[in-house]
Amino acid sequence: MGRTEVRDGTGGTGDAVIRLDGVCKVFDVYRRTGLLRRERREVRAVDGISFEVARGETVGYIGPNGAGKSTTIKMLTGILVPSGGSVRVAGIDPSRERTRLARRIGVVFGQRTTLWWDLPLRDSYDLVRRMYRVEPARFRANLDRCVDLLDLGPLLEVPVRQLSLGQRMRGDIAAALLHDPEVLYLDEPTIGLDVISKAKVRQFLAEVKAAGATTVLLTTHDLTDIEQLCERVMVIDHGRLVHDGDLAGLHAVGASERVLVVDFARELPAVDVPGARTVRVEGPRQWLSFPASASAAPLVAEVAARYPLVDLSVREPAIEEVIARLYGDRASL
Amino acid sequence: MGVYRAVLAGGFRRYATYRVATLAGVFTNAVFGMIMAYTYIALWRVRPHLGGYDETQAVTFVWLGQALLTTTALMGGGCETELINRIRTGDVAIDLYRPVDLQGWWLATDLGRAAFQVVGRGVLPMAVAALLFPLAWPSSPLVWLAFLVAVALGVVVSFAVRYLVALVAFWLLDGAGVVILSNLVALFFSGMVLPLTVFPGALGTAARVLPWSALLQVPADVFLGRAGGAAGVLGRLAFQAAWAAVLLGAGRLMQSVATRKVVVQGG
Amino acid sequence: MADAGVPRAGRPVRPFPPGEPVPPEEPAWRRPADGLRAYGLIVGMWTRSALAYRLSFVMMTFGNGALTALDFAAVAIIFGHTTRLGGFSLAQTAFLYGTSGMAIGLADLLLGSMDGLGQRVRDGTLDAMLVRPVPVFVQVAADRFALRRLGRVSQAALVLAWSLSRLDVAWTPGTVLLLPVMLVSGAAIFSAVFTLGAAFQFRFGDASEVQNSFTYGGNALTQYPPTVFAKELVRGATFVVPLAFVNWLPATLILGTPQPLGLPRWVDWVSPLVAAAVCAAAAVAWQAGLRSYRSTGS
Repeated sequence: MGRTEVRDGTGGTGDAVIRLDGVCKVFDVYRRTGLLRRERREVRAVDGISFEVARGETVGYIGPNGAGKSTTIKMLTGILVPSGGSVRVAGIDPSRERTRLARRIGVVFGQRTTLWWDLPLRDSYDLVRRMYRVEPARFRANLDRCVDLLDLGPLLEVPVRQLSLGQRMRGDIAAALLHDPEVLYLDEPTIGLDVISKAKVRQFLAEVKAAGATTVLLTTHDLTDIEQLCERVMVIDHGRLVHDGDLAGLHAVGASERVLVVDFARELPAVDVPGARTVRVEGPRQWLSFPASASAAPLVAEVAARYPLVDLSVREPAIEEVIARLYGDRASL
Repeated sequence: MGVYRAVLAGGFRRYATYRVATLAGVFTNAVFGMIMAYTYIALWRVRPHLGGYDETQAVTFVWLGQALLTTTALMGGGCETELINRIRTGDVAIDLYRPVDLQGWWLATDLGRAAFQVVGRGVLPMAVAALLFPLAWPSSPLVWLAFLVAVALGVVVSFAVRYLVALVAFWLLDGAGVVILSNLVALFFSGMVLPLTVFPGALGTAARVLPWSALLQVPADVFLGRAGGAAGVLGRLAFQAAWAAVLLGAGRLMQSVATRKVVVQGG
Repeated sequence: MADAGVPRAGRPVRPFPPGEPVPPEEPAWRRPADGLRAYGLIVGMWTRSALAYRLSFVMMTFGNGALTALDFAAVAIIFGHTTRLGGFSLAQTAFLYGTSGMAIGLADLLLGSMDGLGQRVRDGTLDAMLVRPVPVFVQVAADRFALRRLGRVSQAALVLAWSLSRLDVAWTPGTVLLLPVMLVSGAAIFSAVFTLGAAFQFRFGDASEVQNSFTYGGNALTQYPPTVFAKELVRGATFVVPLAFVNWLPATLILGTPQPLGLPRWVDWVSPLVAAAVCAAAAVAWQAGLRSYRSTGS
């Protein structure tokens, strides 16, 4: 627990909308060991997490499957009661005042729509208005804005079952914002979407962010979402925060390698150059991996001197790789 | 053929994983069986030999009904809900691209399901019944064999009907209504509510030639030795086989009409 | 207390679009009336969803009524072969059938889809209900509400009306009042059983079918005379799962039939108290089930 360094995104604690302090969640898992016998095992899905998110921040929350992401989100929404530590969202303890908190947060489950399958999209929004008791004028203003930014106009009278996945996701995001939530949780909002829909969703979330009033916590497998929307990213693995900071910091922490891609004049066996490893050979093209901290220049000079060079380029490490390295190498942090 | 065998095995395994659900189902079978057995006993006490059964045979009929309830899907619960869902969501389009026949695929799945349920939901309720009531068991292994064939044919007829019902979803989009109607007819005309031999006059005659009698009445009559000798048993089995052929054929016909007009939802 | 971190006055206005008032702070859905309103909202959505498939809706309504009609056909066929079953005439049995059917029909209409809770726990859709500002019980009770279930209630009502026209009852003010009271109490008892079953599904979703034994099984039981069944079964239905209070016991006062277990006569009047007690037990079980789900997740 002490290993995780908490970054204070605001420079103070006064305006933190989300505040977690040493939060744990322990599950009992049963494994069948015989016909009737079961073995009980304790699993610490979330193991002492502390962080704060300031009002208006958009934070990426990432980690591999089973790392504790959704357990954290469930504690933040009041679905699950923490086993230890304290949680405050908009000043409310979610597990104790779940329904009161519900009016002040919005949740989008990427893989499950909460829209009414057989009814026109507009009907789902009308239910939100009445269920959350949104003041009519305000509802109209919010809906107009969402319809405008998410291109929902032509879809309002269409039964949800006839919408494409991307259209439905846009519909779901709008539904989560109509009651003016202070905090918006987005769980995989771009999963399974086509490129255009993804772009539209990101563009909309960028607008929400620019308005500056909604705090957004975003979990995703698509790191482009993070790159485009979040200046802060938290990485969770095995129930612990292993990174909380900006994207650049994530690169540094990941102790990554860069890759020199070389095109030779002809096919060659894997070249052998000091300070680099050849990781891939494909026809006349070869990939040479070298430490991100080292300069590429001496390496390029060396290769050019020894082999018939046609073209070359240097590739920066992808965030995916950095994170994969981070997960695999947690102990060294 | 190998594909269908794999699909069948898959259907079996899928149901076999729900062990707790199976036990819960057996409990429900036992409760309903007990309630019905007592009402039958009350009736047969005042009218012995009603419908050609003595009291023990009548009680056995009740429990055969419970044992075959899920096997021949008298109240539905086979593949039809899933198929309807696939039609509703448009996923059925994917199935149509498979190199195997749609009807054959679902029949294999359903046979796998029935193979599990004849054990899980058939044998167990009968065992419970044997502890609670005296039952009329077949005396010869040949009768057991004929009974198993009758049950298998009953499953095929039941599938053929439910497949037709599911295909209606191509036109209605929401098949729940037809499923409810179909289940209600199956429940009543299979003999589940009361043995068909107890039905009065023309209703009884009609009920016995309708396909649903293949689901419970015929297997039960074979089991109870009420089919009338070897010739009678073979006649009953032929009756089931004939309905199976007619209904499967109707299903093929409807399937080809349906696929021609494939309405894929969400497109 | 929970607001200590963010003082009320300091709660900033969050403008989206900017510069408009923030929704009221007051916690909603505190009062029962609010719960009922939410129930009505969700029921309305399901009803309109069902009407999206008009033909199917008509077939379902018809099917539901016909299903229970065929159910009564079985009783009629039985009485085609005998004039008395367990000492009860057809009209007397029809009275039991009608009262039991109306009780479970009402419970089924109001919260009959609660047996789908296990499925919602398994596929995770229950979580979406937990983040709405409406009690989970209200949402689960209204879930998949189906107006077609009115078919069952009205069919039972018809059978009951027919039986009353054929019965020779010596009505007193007490028994006249008892009839509606027993219907409401019966519906409450069945509702409690539905709720208890659902509460167990928070933990044992796979065992959802056990619930049917007590709801639809209870209906099958109480639509026949108690004299048909073994005494242990009647005892179980009186003292363990108090289904006998749905109609068997109060019906003795209206039909003038003997008390099935030879209990004191005042027992036949206490259905409302029994209903209140099982509803209270169901409420406790529901809270415990929800708490268990929220501590273990799915």
